[in-house]
Amino acid sequence: MSVAELEGEFGGAVRADPRPRPRSATARGPGKGWHRRWVSPLVVVLLWQAASASGLLPARLLAAPSQIAATALDLVRTGTLPTAIAVSLERVLLGFAAGAVAGVGLALVAGLSRAGENAVDPIMQMLRALPFFGLIPLFILWFGIGETPKVLLVALAVSFPLYLNTFAGIRGVDGKLAEVARTLRLGRAALVRHIVLPGALPQTLVGLRQSLGVAWLALIVAEQVNADAGLGYMINDAREFLRTDVIVVGLLVYSALGLLTDALVRLLERRALVWRREFLSR
Amino acid sequence: MAARVPVPVSVPVSVPVSVPVSVPASVTAQATVRGLTRRFGDRTVLDGLDLTIGRGEFVALLGRSGSGKSTLLRALAGLDEEVEGGLEVEGSVAVAFQEPRLVPWKRVRDNLTLGLTAPDPVSRAEAALAEVGLTERAEAWPLTLSGGEAQRASLARALVREPGLLLLDEPFSALDALTRITVHRLVLDLWAAHGPAVLLVTHDVDEALLLADRILVLDGGRVAHEWTVAAPRPRHRDHPDLLTLRAALLTALGVTPEGPA
Repeated sequence: MSVAELEGEFGGAVRADPRPRPRSATARGPGKGWHRRWVSPLVVVLLWQAASASGLLPARLLAAPSQIAATALDLVRTGTLPTAIAVSLERVLLGFAAGAVAGVGLALVAGLSRAGENAVDPIMQMLRALPFFGLIPLFILWFGIGETPKVLLVALAVSFPLYLNTFAGIRGVDGKLAEVARTLRLGRAALVRHIVLPGALPQTLVGLRQSLGVAWLALIVAEQVNADAGLGYMINDAREFLRTDVIVVGLLVYSALGLLTDALVRLLERRALVWRREFLSR
Repeated sequence: MAARVPVPVSVPVSVPVSVPVSVPASVTAQATVRGLTRRFGDRTVLDGLDLTIGRGEFVALLGRSGSGKSTLLRALAGLDEEVEGGLEVEGSVAVAFQEPRLVPWKRVRDNLTLGLTAPDPVSRAEAALAEVGLTERAEAWPLTLSGGEAQRASLARALVREPGLLLLDEPFSALDALTRITVHRLVLDLWAAHGPAVLLVTHDVDEALLLADRILVLDGGRVAHEWTVAAPRPRHRDHPDLLTLRAALLTALGVTPEGPA
């Protein structure tokens, strides 16, 4: 998969909504004259290419765009890039899954009872203050340099935005709706299921987007630590041989994957919050 | 609507009794309140309030802001655990609030079936929606409803539970004048068809006069005044009995009534 293909796929995902959305078209979508926004990036790439071709920009500092595209194709053909992406994706998915379960689970415990809040929230607020990249040395001491510290770093990074947003979402549920639930004779389980959790969902999805963004960031940092496979390894390896073209390909793939997951969450948001969207687009 | 006219046409409006009321608890009571007291800090909002609502009776509760109308309604709805005194309600209680308070992430029909334990809740919900003229909107999201539609859906959600006591907490105050007239009629129709006892909390003297069998004015934490409205329904606000009563009500509420009509 080349960068161009990835970007095409990303663009497709962003505009995947089949229904017309007149409001969003004016807000940020491809309205009239949208192609003008592509002019300045193209000019930059062309200038970059010219600088590389004239020798002004040596390849050991930054490879030419054409070279980067060729390298990307080459990396795909040899299987290096797909393998690296697969390894990195696995780390992110595992870490994300573990962090999401922990973050949302703890938010439920803290959000649904005062005792839970008193038990969980102070600890989470203290841990939140720790710079989690600063934990890497400890993680290496505890878990070595294998997959575990990398996955755990991602999990830790993911759990905080999800915890904070889900907790705030639960506590932010309209008390008037809780009263309605009481007059409708809903039990506690039904109250949580029909009122509290759906009410917290919009805020949880905000947390989901934040946590996916920070998941890729955590992965990039984690993969700088003695990785022997994955995108980070590919980039570090390329540095040894001054292959700036490979480094740039790796960076582009990181950002494309980040944008892709963000688009997926937005798609999920549109599905899950349809009750709100139809109101907003009215 | 004619089905529930409680008294013959010719009976005049009863004489206002401006004394604390003590209605004897009878076997036909839907709700009985004895010595109900509610304090917020050192402020006593309800002070030993007594009230009996008869089976199928439509009672309107008026009072100045802060007189405890909503506090009483919340106590009857079981939403206030800090009231003192006796509170007895036969059968179930349903509430329609001032803001319709529909659950925004549930479609209109699902709002009606929420917590509904009766058999076949979906078809019951659909019947209730038909009654309030919202069959077309069963699949709609609440945020897409107009104010009148939302309030009708809220009424349907209360009535689908076949309550013995229906509590209405100023449910018409946010509606525009035309919609309010329509919803008033709808409420009377629904009341006639289902026959719950109704306690309507309102600021609107005319609304109380048009709808209620009995009008109470809350003052000093008790029922300070009480009138029975015998005028037949459908009522017109220019009915001479209602005009007389209106003046008395405004006086009781501390408003100087305008000159004779």
